[in-house]
Amino acid sequence: MEVPILKQGHYLIASIQSALTDADLSQLREALIERVGRFRARGVIVDVTALDVMDSFAVRTLRDIAHMARLRGAETVIVGIQPEVAFAMVQLGLTLKGVSTALDLEEGLAFLNVQTQVRIDRGPGRLDRG
Amino acid sequence: MADDLLIPITADVDVVTARQRGRDLAAEAGFSSGDQTVIAAAISEIARNILMYAKRGEIALSLVANGDRQGVVVVARDQGPGIRDVPRAMQDGYSTSGGLGLGLPGARRLMDDFDVTSDAGKGTTVTMKKWRRMNA
Amino acid sequence: MATKGKEAQSPLPDPQAQTESTAALLRELVAHLRQNRTQLREEWARRITRAQLLTAMTEEEIFAEATSVYDNYVEALETGTFEALQAYARNLSERIIPRGVETHEVVGIVLLLRDVLARSLFGKYHEDFDKLNRILDAYEPAANRIANTVAVGFVQERERIIRQQQEAIRELSTPVLQVRERLLILPIIGVIDPQRARQLTEQLLRAIRTNRAKVVVIDITGVAAMDSNVANHLVQTVEASRLLGATVIVTGLSPEIAQTLVTIGVDLSEMATVGDLQGGIEEAERLLGYKVLPLEDLTPKA
Ligand SMILES: Nc1ncnc2c1ncn2[C@@H]1O[C@H](COP(=O)(O)OP(=O)(O)OP(=O)(O)O)[C@@H](O)[C@H]1O
Ligand SMILES: [Mg+2]
Repeated sequence: MEVPILKQGHYLIASIQSALTDADLSQLREALIERVGRFRARGVIVDVTALDVMDSFAVRTLRDIAHMARLRGAETVIVGIQPEVAFAMVQLGLTLKGVSTALDLEEGLAFLNVQTQVRIDRGPGRLDRG
Repeated sequence: MADDLLIPITADVDVVTARQRGRDLAAEAGFSSGDQTVIAAAISEIARNILMYAKRGEIALSLVANGDRQGVVVVARDQGPGIRDVPRAMQDGYSTSGGLGLGLPGARRLMDDFDVTSDAGKGTTVTMKKWRRMNA
Repeated sequence: MATKGKEAQSPLPDPQAQTESTAALLRELVAHLRQNRTQLREEWARRITRAQLLTAMTEEEIFAEATSVYDNYVEALETGTFEALQAYARNLSERIIPRGVETHEVVGIVLLLRDVLARSLFGKYHEDFDKLNRILDAYEPAANRIANTVAVGFVQERERIIRQQQEAIRELSTPVLQVRERLLILPIIGVIDPQRARQLTEQLLRAIRTNRAKVVVIDITGVAAMDSNVANHLVQTVEASRLLGATVIVTGLSPEIAQTLVTIGVDLSEMATVGDLQGGIEEAERLLGYKVLPLEDLTPKA
């Protein structure tokens, strides 16, 4: 199942609709990274509300997305992790270290607004690609 | 165990199928949704290991009762290369594939009982159980 | 093949397997109990009151329940199946347990019924001693099994209710408080075992979602000791909360608990800790963008 990716202003929003296979996840990673470059996106939101499980492969893919997007100048935030999913993740030992998280889409957008604002305030010194 | 649910694992969709079946079975047996998630996550890990290291294998799901406890039993079997050093594979962070090395130790933390038997060159069997008190 | 000498001892075989004579005797017995229903029921209710059983219930209530039990009892004798009686016993227990009815009372009333019925059989068959014996032989195992079913049903129901209450008490003993919008406080008091720790986490994670909390202060001033298992759990709770987008501040960390955390490999500089609850709330408000007065007693991080 392909994950739809929406462009909204400077942000890309990927909202996962149903359970994903490993191939789907890898495909999502490729598509997001390609689009971050193409649209010069500032932020990426991955909405995982619909995921009822997150295992090591899913976490590794989300981490890769965040790191690769950052190298291309976009901040990533994962939104919508369900309470039970989060609890199972930490018991497994999966923590998404270094990746930002927010409660839902609304919070994720608010977070990116603050984040990208901070960066603009700091001036162009922190542009990762140049 | 005549009424085992057998799920062949030969492609990545099967990993999704296996964990969903596991969740359904746990739900049917009255496990909380938190436990259902835990069981599904553990199945996802060991099913992916089959695919990744042995290419093919199967997962059998069943229910057992023991006194006033009921359990979901997951058995994952393959005839792949086997694990040379099981104690080492059970440690956090050990991976021969550049993974996080959390699948086996993580699944052990998620489940109540966990057992791995592996013969180099012959294959691997992972058996794991999650228990629930009945009439609770 | 008409009569075998074994049936009297057997604990009420299933209807198919009953030899004709036992079946016939039970049929006769059932007919007798049906015919004398009104009178036997009254006698039983009277004996219950006299024995001062079910004192939490009024006489009308006792009579109403006695009627239902009586009918279920006769039906169990007739059909040899106990499902209906079992269901009724459970339902009855559910109703009377909250009113303080004790196990001995329930066992007592069933034994009284057995006695009332046995006496009535004496009355009816006292002239034919042989027949009386055979009737009692057929009746006794059935009556015992019925008494057993009712008592076990009651005890099981009681255990279930007790478990439920324990659960409720545990919930109450770990309240998640919302002190202001988007800020939750979880004061943990007392001994934490793995089961309680788990429950606590599940409760907190759900509360974060429903209250849309952004900051959580977990105060462990009231926790005397923490083994490495529970300490591990605390770390997991902090991490899981972050996955939902909330920041956790831990307050009231005693030197001993801090030591335990370090021993299990927790990097304390990665966990936001503030000396006391007050300081924690101030730090939380700062994170939420509220203006707070003096900041001097906030422990600097890292
Ligand atoms: N079914 C199997 N057959 C052969 N080797 C296996 C099997 N399952 C696990 N292993 C070996 O055990 C190691 C540890 O497995 P584990 O699932 O813990 O980590 P991983 O698969 O390497 O990474 P992760 O699961 O975190 O993505 C693997 O790297 C692999 O060498
Ligand atoms: Mg693995």
